[in-house]
Amino acid sequence: MYRYDELDQRLVDERVAQFRDQTRRFLAGKLSDEEFRSLRLRNGLYIQRFAPMLRIAVPYGLLSSKQLRMLGHIARTYDKGYGHVSTRQNIQFNWPKLEQVPDILADLATVQMHAIQTSGNCIRNITADHLAGVAADELLDPRPYCEITRQWATFHPEFNWLPRKFKIAFSSSTLDRAATKVHDIGVHLLRNAAGELGYTIYVGGGLGRMPMIAHKIREFLPELDLFSYLEAILRVYNRHGRRDNIHRARIKVLVKSLGPAKFTEQVEAEWAELKDSYLKLQPGDIERIRARFDQHSYLTPDAADDGSYDARLATDSRFAAWAKRNLRAHRQQGYAAVFVSLKASGVAPGDVTDAQFDALADLADRYSFGEVRNTHDQNMVLAEVAKKDVYAVWQRLSELNLATPNIGLLTDLICCPGLDFCSLANAGSIGVSQDIFDLFEDLDYQHDIGELKIKMSGCMNGCGHHSVGHIGILGVDKHGEEWYQVTLGGSAENDATLGDRTGPSISRADIAGAVEKLIQVYLEHREGPEETFLDAYRRIGMAPFKQKLYGGAEVVAEDEVAA
Amino acid sequence: MSAPTPATVIVDGRIVENEWLSLADDAALPASGKVIVSLKRFRAERAVLDGSGLAVGVRIPNTEDVATLARELAGQPLIAVEIPKMADGRAYSQARVLRERYAYRGEIRAQGDVMHDLLFNMARCGINAFELRADQDAQDCLRAFADFDLAYQQAADGIETVLQRRRRLAA
Repeated sequence: MYRYDELDQRLVDERVAQFRDQTRRFLAGKLSDEEFRSLRLRNGLYIQRFAPMLRIAVPYGLLSSKQLRMLGHIARTYDKGYGHVSTRQNIQFNWPKLEQVPDILADLATVQMHAIQTSGNCIRNITADHLAGVAADELLDPRPYCEITRQWATFHPEFNWLPRKFKIAFSSSTLDRAATKVHDIGVHLLRNAAGELGYTIYVGGGLGRMPMIAHKIREFLPELDLFSYLEAILRVYNRHGRRDNIHRARIKVLVKSLGPAKFTEQVEAEWAELKDSYLKLQPGDIERIRARFDQHSYLTPDAADDGSYDARLATDSRFAAWAKRNLRAHRQQGYAAVFVSLKASGVAPGDVTDAQFDALADLADRYSFGEVRNTHDQNMVLAEVAKKDVYAVWQRLSELNLATPNIGLLTDLICCPGLDFCSLANAGSIGVSQDIFDLFEDLDYQHDIGELKIKMSGCMNGCGHHSVGHIGILGVDKHGEEWYQVTLGGSAENDATLGDRTGPSISRADIAGAVEKLIQVYLEHREGPEETFLDAYRRIGMAPFKQKLYGGAEVVAEDEVAA
Repeated sequence: MSAPTPATVIVDGRIVENEWLSLADDAALPASGKVIVSLKRFRAERAVLDGSGLAVGVRIPNTEDVATLARELAGQPLIAVEIPKMADGRAYSQARVLRERYAYRGEIRAQGDVMHDLLFNMARCGINAFELRADQDAQDCLRAFADFDLAYQQAADGIETVLQRRRRLAA
């Protein structure tokens, strides 16, 4: 956990006071709806379909047990008893009262939390690999770099009124688990041939209605030049990004219209002016941030793994099935990363109750150094559990309905709040996810299907990342009815790819069945259980899937024209 | 920009009488005093303006690259930047570059949709004068400059940042 110093704390406290004053002036009629809207969005407060929605920042997804208990308290006190993990590793509450939001923020500030820049056209929460610091394939822990970038971005005076929202993600591992290439800026930590630490910089990725994969604009940026380079990119964007059309305002459109080469030239020219300025970091700056992260003292491998874990695997098949799906390797011998599945039947994907927040805090304190991480797939991770404790953790997670053995499988789907909560949505997504759950309830069947990422959004804004789902589902409104467009072959990892449309959209009644048909085609065509859905799709192409979905009939697609 | 020139403005954190007259491009020059003209007019009538005895400030479009005009305007006592609406942040970049890269020392004045909640960041970017929107309470707006008493980023205002303080404490 990064521990605030008194300066970090003071800034958060001052923000609470500032927002309390803004809320007071709004309620007194001194700020217009439109003005207050812009101001409250910069504190994560939306007015949604039924009530305000408050999005709380969870920098790089990392939460302490104390923070989890606070989230439980907020769910109980100000909401209807639950919160929701978002696709940016944040936490959302769907039922707070506007007048109470300053009090919620004051409560959050007592545990070093806030809602700063979780919405609005500014630099949003910095995200990272949910296995940061424990992954075996990692060069070094990216979180100190995320934290120092979070501080740079917080209340940045020049970049608070950008053309559009701006998202930055960090990755430091061989496998990109942070979807960096669908971010406005993706930062990859690496060492160059000389052994020096630095970053590869990608710019211009994004989802939404015009999904794009980011372009590499710099192969190697020295470690201490991070701020000057970010500032150069943001300044070029702030000056030249389009402001006349909200759908053309993201940096990806600027990169595309200038062309990556020309865009890079502009950034490099601006950077040449900035690189030797006060923006250049000093080595101690990063070290001091690193030093404020808790160091974890691990047990020796023998003490962490006393053999009981293997014994339980051999004797308890339910435990073994869960461990096979929901554990990941930890770089420390004798430890494992334990995934907490927030994808249980009958629960909206990503929802956590107040009691679950509290219980997870207890589990974290007892078994995982007091920390939990949110994943952008809307699950949580107890990332550092000694193997001797895994069985006890599983038993407790099972009692809490948080042990569905489906991580990475079909029912571990990403889903936005959709029409049930969101005022932007065209169609429901939670209900469709439940239909899919019902159809594929048989876990053996899911295991047989293997790794599959279904991602679903209720509208073009793409909060559910549908464009990069192996199977993507996008809700559309057709004459007042909910319909769904399907894409295949997307990926947000190293091989980042946008999915291809199957054809005309599919009705609410047929969409879960359509997913089943796609699975049947895959199972018929795969070369063996090792060939994943994504690999099979890349090999055999769209035709057999299309044939199965739409039959041989010539389909006249009126919605194709509109779309 | 044809908004009436306000009677008072905030300059360097104080409410003062507004000495500057914002002129439309077709308005006649007054005999004496201080005027703000558009960049277009300044360029077209530079010789006349220079010889007029007037103090001349220049209003620049927020789409302008200040690199192209910094030297040209270096001797003018005032540069006005445009805030066409709250959500348009381009002037912040212009102001910072004028102050930090070109060391512009004159007054940088914000005109347009200038309201309470923007003042703190504008000041950090080097804007030091503010023509408030007509509905704003100037006295109340002064509080905005104290919204925060420290910052993470160094900018054009020269206050000690979190990073600098940490370096100092560590030294």
